[in-house]
Formats: sequence, structure tokens, C-alpha cells
Amino acid sequence: MSTSLQASAEQPRLVVRNLSTSFPTEDGLVRSVADVSFMIHPGKTTALVGESGSGKSVTSLTLMRLLAKTANARVSGEAHFVTREGRTVDLLALSDREMRSLRGNQLAMIFQEPMTSLNPVITIGEQIAESVRLHKGLDHGAALAQAKRMLDLVEIPASAQRLHEYPHQLSGGMRQRVMIALAMACDPTLLIADEPTTALDVTIQAQILVLMRRLQAETGMSILFITHNLGVVAHHANDVVVLYAGRVVEHAPVRPLFGAPEHPYTQGLLACLPGKAHAAGQPRPKRLFAIRGQVSSPLSPPPGCAFEPRCDQAQSLCTQAMPALVDTSASRQARCVRVPAAVIAKAA
Amino acid sequence: MQATPAPAADVPLIEVRHIKRYFGAKDKPVRAVDDVSFAIRRGETLGLVGESGSGKSTIGRTVLRLLECTAGQVLYRGEDIGTLSAEHMRKLRSKLQIIFQDPYASLNPKMRISAILGEALATHGLHQGKGEQDKRIAELLDTVGLRPEQASRFPHEFSGGQRQRIGVARALAVEPEFIVADEPLSALDVSIQSQVINLLADLRERLNLTMLFISHDLDVVEYLCDRVVVLYLGRVMEVAPTAELFERPLHPYTQALLAASPKPDPLIENVAVPLKGDIPSPMAPPSGCVFRTRCPHAVEACAQTLPPLDEISPGRFSACIRKDLLIAAAA
Repeated sequence: MSTSLQASAEQPRLVVRNLSTSFPTEDGLVRSVADVSFMIHPGKTTALVGESGSGKSVTSLTLMRLLAKTANARVSGEAHFVTREGRTVDLLALSDREMRSLRGNQLAMIFQEPMTSLNPVITIGEQIAESVRLHKGLDHGAALAQAKRMLDLVEIPASAQRLHEYPHQLSGGMRQRVMIALAMACDPTLLIADEPTTALDVTIQAQILVLMRRLQAETGMSILFITHNLGVVAHHANDVVVLYAGRVVEHAPVRPLFGAPEHPYTQGLLACLPGKAHAAGQPRPKRLFAIRGQVSSPLSPPPGCAFEPRCDQAQSLCTQAMPALVDTSASRQARCVRVPAAVIAKAA
Repeated sequence: MQATPAPAADVPLIEVRHIKRYFGAKDKPVRAVDDVSFAIRRGETLGLVGESGSGKSTIGRTVLRLLECTAGQVLYRGEDIGTLSAEHMRKLRSKLQIIFQDPYASLNPKMRISAILGEALATHGLHQGKGEQDKRIAELLDTVGLRPEQASRFPHEFSGGQRQRIGVARALAVEPEFIVADEPLSALDVSIQSQVINLLADLRERLNLTMLFISHDLDVVEYLCDRVVVLYLGRVMEVAPTAELFERPLHPYTQALLAASPKPDPLIENVAVPLKGDIPSPMAPPSGCVFRTRCPHAVEACAQTLPPLDEISPGRFSACIRKDLLIAAAA
């Protein structure tokens, strides 16, 4: 992370520096995440945006130390997290035990598929209570009472009854609320939400997003929101990190990103959305903008910039080396030779 | 949709009349489709939108007789296809094709692309003979933007977007008039979706295809479709030409659906209050208007009467008894 980025008045809650995750496979080393850096401030939402192969999910799993041991992941970099007690710890350097005390407690995660993320043979009340007992040391009765409070917090009707129900008895939207209740049970300061609404219907998605925003406003928690849905990003993120083939290709606050995207991939992504194809009242264009081709296999990355084979603005320079991620303004970064680095005056 | 019988020249290519499709037990069935009617003119692309339980996928399959109707009729060129023999239906299927949602599940993993496309041709006795068949397969792959050499590969060697193109090629192989596209983009990355959208739009124009486009993605529907049918819990809520539906939705459900879909532009305010509650179970739909349990404008009468699908203005239909809301909106 460049030190010339404008220093925030408030200390960031999470600072990720040069995160890399690689997996050895039969066919070679797959670099799923390479040199990813970003930060999240208290009470703010940072969106991690990318498509297949971008590394966004692996990034979140790496931060939470939830990668399967059998994957033999090679992780490097740092992830400095400010705990509730004011200590700064490197999530990637903690022992398993220390990480377990943070995970599900101050650091919570919600996943895309609530049905497979909730234990199907344990009641909802028990699942939430288990987390509370473990991290807060409450006894069974108090833990269950906290579980009910959590269900009320996420606006699940008939919460007393739901405590004794199983996940399969609930709808998809309800299950996602339970996931959120489980995540919120121990007052997290950082919530990682990995495609939390992708599997939900549009009207239910809207409810969940409003809920998350309300909880954030009430608790001041930070959210790392992982998604490929740019509509959601536009309305629920403060800051956007765009990933392509495992690397950060652009980083900007949400309005400048949508208003004036700098990286050709971001430009292409926004241009190819049918929702942005034409202004209201105007006739729709005959063809949508499309980014040609598809992302390269991680086993045979292009020699220079990963996006070059699909880029309409590519130059010969682009095949020679991976461009560096540079500051293009006080709050923006881009990884492209076409975007000039700004000279940022250092704060006195 | 016509209230009076149409003269022969204007016969819609596809028409469904009061179709119902129930699943499961007779006493408490899952009412997936519960009295749906619409017509599709030749060359038109009709969008079917709805959320879980709306019945849109079931309708797509019933239109092609991949599922039989529990009640109602499906007409192709004015003829009831429900009464056709298996033999006759099979011949007709070359005219009526489908593109499936899941490009990973809809191609046989043990068959090369040439075999998959060849099977479609052979089933309908088209382009017989190896030379002819190979030529047609090469032509099809070229049409969908793939290289003819790729015909000898297996599905797993292709990406999701490429597999979806193969699905399109398969649907086109037998020279159909009508294609049901059942959420063909949902499993694809955004940057690949626009490629496939362009492909479908090009082909539709070149081959004068008629399409039933099923999707939950309103932006894509707005881009591709001429008219839209909005479904909720197996019933039609609203029907309108696309531009009018999106500019001025009449039905409270359509309004909520549009309000809930975030536009990819942070400058457009998203102030709408989300609908409360969950989608009811299709096994126990609410009495009267099925949307009333979540409708911000519901009144007592909504529980008692099933709102008819009324024509509010030419081509615009809405199933809502609150006509007073329309007058207020127009004022």
C-alpha cells in the first residue's frame, strides 16, 4: 500500500498489505491472489469486485484463515486488524488458537449459500448460542436469550419459535438473516460478506441490504463486501477494489469509480452492463459493449498485464511487464500504463 | 393477449390460454402456474420476469410440452399442441427449441460437441450424411462465435460462456422458429453476459426468431424484450410493452420489483422501502390477490376477490383492484 495515500483521520480497522495466496496443483502453481492491498475504515464498507478467477473469495478466505489445510496454500503478506481492545494484530501471523478467538467474534463472515453454511442438524437457536457461549462465556440460558435477541435484531418474526427450528424449515431470505444473526451475535467490528445476496430474490436482497446497512449504522462495524453485482456496489459501498486475475487493477471511492473509471477492465465492465446501455428515454443501442475473450487460465498467464489479451487499448508495452499499481490521485489507484501516476503532495 | 378470437392472418405464433401446472398431492398441490395466459407474435421477444415461485421456468417448459399442463392450452400457430401424438410432437420440436440456464449441466459431458450437435441434426433428419453434417456443424459453431476445430472437444474443455454458446448452437441446429431462453445468462460472468446478449440479439434478427426470454435480471429484460409479463406466485400481475413497463409500472409488485433492483449508478437515489415479508409458499397461496400479503396498498377487498387481468390501456394489463391508485398516479 503506497504511503502517499491520504492518511485518514481515523485509524483503519483493517489494512491488507501485499496479500498473496498460491495453490500448488498438478499442473503448476496457481496464483489466485497476488499482491493485493487495501484498507477498511470503521463504519465503512469496502467492496471487493471481480468475476470468476479474480481471487475475491480466496482473498476473504485467506484473511479469515479458512482455507482448507489440504489445499496447501502458500500465503504471504500482512493483514493488520485493530481489535476491540485497541491492539493491532496481523491476522496472517496469529496462531490457530488466537485466530479462533477472533473468528466468529470480532471478525465475522457470512457466505453466499446459507443452506450449506448453516449446520442442518442443529437448531438455529443452538447454532447462535454456541458461538455466544464460546466467545462470551455465557451459560446455556443466557446464550439462548442472546440468540433470541439476535433473531429480533435481524427482524425474524416469531423469534422465540424460530430458536427451535432447523435451517431447512426457513426460506432462503430467512436463512440469510440467521447467518447475519450468527455473525452479529458477538458484536463483530469487521464483517466479511461473501456474495451474501447473490442467491436471493431481488426483493429479498433489498431487505437484506437495508438490514446490513442499519446494523452497520448501529454498531459502527466495517464491512468487506465481496460481489460481482455492480448495482449493489453502487449503493452499498463507500470504497471499491476491483480485482482481475488475482490482482488489484483499480481502487477508488464509489462515485469516482462509476463516474470516471480509469482501468480499461473497469471501463469495460461498466460499459457492458445492460443497465447502463442507454440513458432513460433514449432508444437502446443495437449492440452492447462487450469485453472480448475471457480471463486467461491462471496456469498460463499472459507475459505482461493480465488483462492485455482482452484490452482494446493495449499497447506493445503491455505485453512486456505487469504494470505497477500506482496512485492516480489522493484516493485512487490503477494498474495500467495508460493511467499516469499522480504526484501526491505529502501532508505536512 | 386478445379477448376476442384473432383472424387467421394475425394468429400469434405461440399462445397459452389459462394454463395451470400443479405439482404433488392433489389435496394440497404446489400451484406453480395458476391460470396464466399470454400470446407471442411472430418475431417478438416476450420477457417473463418473476422471483422464486413465480412459475416462470415452469411456464417455459410447459410451452414446449417438456411438462404437461394440469389445465389450459398451449397453441402453436393456432393449433393446440397438447392433443398432438408423440410422433407429431417430435416433428414439431425442430421448430420449438430451448436454451437452458446451466451451461454445465445441459451438455452431456461424455459427448464431443460434434456428437451433441450431430444428435440434434440426426433426430430431425437434417443435413444427413457425414459431409453434410460436418459442414452444418462448422457453420453453427461459426455462427455462435466458436471455431469449427473445437467440434472435436468435450464440454469440460470450454468455459461457461463458451458452453452457453454451444447450447445456443444446439438450439439453432434444427432451424427453429421459436426459442425459449430459460435464464440463459444467470450462470455467466457479467463481462461474458454481454457477449451472449449480443449473440442472441444478432441471431434473433438474422433468423427472424421468436423468443420467450425468462429472467430475473430486469436490466437484461429491458434491453432484449419487446413486451414483458410479470409473474408472482404462478399468476400474471402485469403485462406491458417493455419501455412502458419500466417507465411507468402500474402494478404494485412491478413497482416494488423495479425499486428493489439497484441500478449500477451511485448517483441514482435508491430510496424505496423494501417489501416486507417473504414470498408465500406456492402450496398455500393467499386468498384473493396472491400479492396482498406484501402489498403496501392492500385493502380488505384484496383478500376476497381474485383481481382480473384488466386492460388499462391498449396493450397494458394489470391485475389489481386498486384502480384509484392509477388515477392518482396519472394526476
